[in-house]
Amino acid sequence: MPKDGIGASTVRREDIRFLTGKGRYTADINLRGQAYAVFLRSDVAHGRINDIDTKAAMAMPGVLAIMTGADFAAMGGNPAGWHIPSRDGSAMKEPKRPVLAHGKVRHVGDAYAIVVAETLEQARDAAEAVVTDITELPAIVDMAQAIANSDNRVHDEIANNVCFDWGWIEDNRAAVDAAFASAPHVTTLELTNNRLAPNAMETRASIGDYDSGTEDYKLYTTSQNPHLSRLLIAAFVMGIPENKLTVVAPDVGGGFGSKIYHYGEEAAVLAASKAIDRPVKWVADRSEAFLSDAHGRDHVTKIQLATDKQGNFLALRTETMANVGAYLSNFSTATPTFLHGTLMAGPYKTPLVYVNVKAVFTNTAPVDAYRGAGRPEATYSIERVVDKAAHELGIDPLEIRRRNFIQPDQYPYTTPVGLVYDTGNYNATLDKLIDIGDLAGFEKRAAASKAKGKLRGLGLSTWIEACGIAPSNLVGVLGARVGLYDAATVRVNATGNISVMTGAHSHGQGHETVFPQVVADMLGIPASSIDIVHGDTSKIPFGMGSYGSRSLAVCGTAIVKATEKIIAKGKKIAAHMLEAAESDITFADGKFSVAGTDKAKTFGEIAFSAYVPHNYPLETLEPGLEETAFYDPANFTYPAGAYACEVEVDPETGQVTIEKFTCADDFGNVINPMIVAGQVHGGVAQGIGQALLENVAYDDNGQLLSGSFMDYAMPRADDLPFYTVDHSCNTPCTHNPLGVKGCGEAGAIGTPPAVVNAVVNALQRGGHKHVTHLEMPVSPSRVWAAMQG
Amino acid sequence: MHNFEFVKPSTVADAVKAMAGSGAQALSGGQTLLPTMKARLAAPAVLVSLTGVAEMKGVCMGDDGLSVGAATTHATVAAEARKSFAGLANLANGIGDPAVRNRGTIGGSLANNDPAACYPSAVLAAGATVHTNMRKIAADDYFQGMFTTALKEGEIITSVTFPVPHKSAYVKFNQPASRFALTGVFVAKFANGVRVAVTGASNNGVFRWKEAEAALSANFAAGAVAGLVVSPKDMINDLHGTAAYRANLVKVLTKRAVDAAS
Repeated sequence: MPKDGIGASTVRREDIRFLTGKGRYTADINLRGQAYAVFLRSDVAHGRINDIDTKAAMAMPGVLAIMTGADFAAMGGNPAGWHIPSRDGSAMKEPKRPVLAHGKVRHVGDAYAIVVAETLEQARDAAEAVVTDITELPAIVDMAQAIANSDNRVHDEIANNVCFDWGWIEDNRAAVDAAFASAPHVTTLELTNNRLAPNAMETRASIGDYDSGTEDYKLYTTSQNPHLSRLLIAAFVMGIPENKLTVVAPDVGGGFGSKIYHYGEEAAVLAASKAIDRPVKWVADRSEAFLSDAHGRDHVTKIQLATDKQGNFLALRTETMANVGAYLSNFSTATPTFLHGTLMAGPYKTPLVYVNVKAVFTNTAPVDAYRGAGRPEATYSIERVVDKAAHELGIDPLEIRRRNFIQPDQYPYTTPVGLVYDTGNYNATLDKLIDIGDLAGFEKRAAASKAKGKLRGLGLSTWIEACGIAPSNLVGVLGARVGLYDAATVRVNATGNISVMTGAHSHGQGHETVFPQVVADMLGIPASSIDIVHGDTSKIPFGMGSYGSRSLAVCGTAIVKATEKIIAKGKKIAAHMLEAAESDITFADGKFSVAGTDKAKTFGEIAFSAYVPHNYPLETLEPGLEETAFYDPANFTYPAGAYACEVEVDPETGQVTIEKFTCADDFGNVINPMIVAGQVHGGVAQGIGQALLENVAYDDNGQLLSGSFMDYAMPRADDLPFYTVDHSCNTPCTHNPLGVKGCGEAGAIGTPPAVVNAVVNALQRGGHKHVTHLEMPVSPSRVWAAMQG
Repeated sequence: MHNFEFVKPSTVADAVKAMAGSGAQALSGGQTLLPTMKARLAAPAVLVSLTGVAEMKGVCMGDDGLSVGAATTHATVAAEARKSFAGLANLANGIGDPAVRNRGTIGGSLANNDPAACYPSAVLAAGATVHTNMRKIAADDYFQGMFTTALKEGEIITSVTFPVPHKSAYVKFNQPASRFALTGVFVAKFANGVRVAVTGASNNGVFRWKEAEAALSANFAAGAVAGLVVSPKDMINDLHGTAAYRANLVKVLTKRAVDAAS
């Protein structure tokens, strides 16, 4: 076995180039003859465009083209990727999302024109010379008001601004309501899941490069899934034959979901490039990112948990308003529904669950999947109401969870919200948490905090998520308009080293390190002789990209399947070379051997023979050693875990500090423990960010109040504790060959309720018994106000 | 950023002359002005850099107290005022991050008078004197509300003279995003009484908390302000804190500043 195979904490090979400035991001690419684009963006939340006068701007030095929404009106809209019908069976409302706003602007930052010039400064100067006449309309910001007011509409054709009113599962509603009517105890909680800005370190950027000689388009862009972007642009928006468009997503500096989607700027730079027959480059500044990247979360939820007096869960129901913003981003309809409602059983055997979600249009930036995507919203609601129920019933929060866990002998477990959990052991992760988090020592630590004048609190969260959304035929029935498989090509070169072309895209995850570990392990060759090729549609098979913690579970399996085909073909070649029957050939440790003999050929010898087929069964076998596999999973994977957060609260200022944070996760089998720990650290940081700091805020006029890092609080190193993380409690996934589940989003999912539960606990322990909930972000001002009663 | 002319005079007299030009704007450390220009929210025709004026730089002790040249960076104040006026040095050492502290200057901070800036609280609490190319302005007359000062068009701050208190401290509570002062309190104890100045909290900019000054002048102990009530009227109410919260911080931070004063 190679020492850098499965299970090795191999150092990330891509970090050397990232840390030494050798990364090649879209903004680093400069093409011969390139021109520069800036976008004109609405400074009102809602308005009717009367006129865009570009005459003066066109006469400015260096200006090459100005295009407005009118120039794109004949093009298709950027589609929603998932159809969600309403409870009454009616179709969801799908207003056209144009490349550039036309007729109306619908949120601050809505792009309505592109200005292209020889230099960036000339483009900016010209943009300031465009005279736009917009009649401002009343802004629709608050979701409840948006639904209540049918006269004021984000889209003129959609009364009440409701995209859909979804019930899951509608047939269970009556039974759930009946259970509540007769329940001995009902806990009710109203809460907001705060809107977040993704804030990838690299802002979005795109270069359109049209070749008038071949009529080919090439787009360099910041994408998590270049093939999906190509499909959307080619088939839906621009009507370019797919074979005439190449999409390249080079190094991408973080996505967190925000770069899954196709954005209008990508089509605009392609069209502008064709118009001027030169490459056109656009790089968003941070202000544009805040205004126009798809935001995350933004749910307002009422959740109720019915229990008996012993705290056994009898039924759970929720009513949620999910903000989709001004337009439907590609997965904005799936996020609050099939990635949220289906998770509402959590790790618990609650027999009856009903979820109602209304998606609401507002004059704000579109909202879509952001690290966790629906599952943090579900987990937050569940884990907060479970804590509140424990408090009301006088049961230890740890005990009420344990009492309601699905037990290890109950798998496969069918939840009342449509998922089948294949495996898990929630008692094991909770026991591990109690151990490594020294929960027994909490009271001692609380006493030490008290001696310093601080209130200490302990918060738990036992979470589950569903990763690697699948299978395609099922999600198709549920309204998905895409497949959710992935693909890989394993190309063995004549000299035995390997290139693996993947549909998955790495934008921080470490695929370039992890995927070779898998192949190395299977082929018995060093990982260092294997390279990953990703991000260029002209090089990689049609895979669906990276999001939803799917890369290893889905694309990794495609890699395994393609590698299995390589081994199978290698056996045929070896059988010929060794003059043995194929059934007698075994493959281990990088050698094809005739069973029971010392006759063997190395992997390298087989590879060479495949490409220099002198001694080769050409009559029955093609030369070459390259295989492709597509893999469509049979089910989601179900990572789960138990988190404990300990906070100190300053009773005078309401300042919360995180003193201890412990994670016991079950990710199934782990390929690279160091990278898994890193993923958890990052996810927990984002979860703490949501819980304590981050908040996208619009005022009543739809102006963005948190439009820069001066007002949008990103967590910094000194806001965060040292973490204790463990992922030794493995229940391997039963339906993929690696037994892996996915770890990318776990921290962002499990963390926010642990933090808020800890702060509520600290206040209650500190004598503020009336405090049963705090809205995120749990800012010092909010904590202090809560303590005042 | 729009195009601009750049001049870097080496004397106050030349700087004053340059500032008389049309569209001239003084530039010191540029920590506020340059981001504003990059965002195209300001477009001065001429930038008059003051950081080349030797007579506007440096920290020295004189008969009237500690004199700090207007173009002296926060980092320099943090280092050079440490022995003579630790409260001021600590304040300077807590502004922004190292990059900001190595560029930003006291003169720039005072001329801009951001309501959440740190320096105005020290100047007001110490009863410092702001020296300009035209006159001397007492701190109590200098600050006139958010982003508003007694400075006239073209007037340049050349230095600030701080009477050095027997004891002093600045305690700020960070706004979580910008890490400017959500509220900051500077307490200065002199032989003839205590002065308390508050930044970050009020819609009217930096202000003196006179009730606390009286109480602390009588008894310089944190407990002396315990019974006082700070009115939330005129306090800033924004994303990061309510008016009532800031009023609470004024009192809490004053107590902590008294405890920290050395």
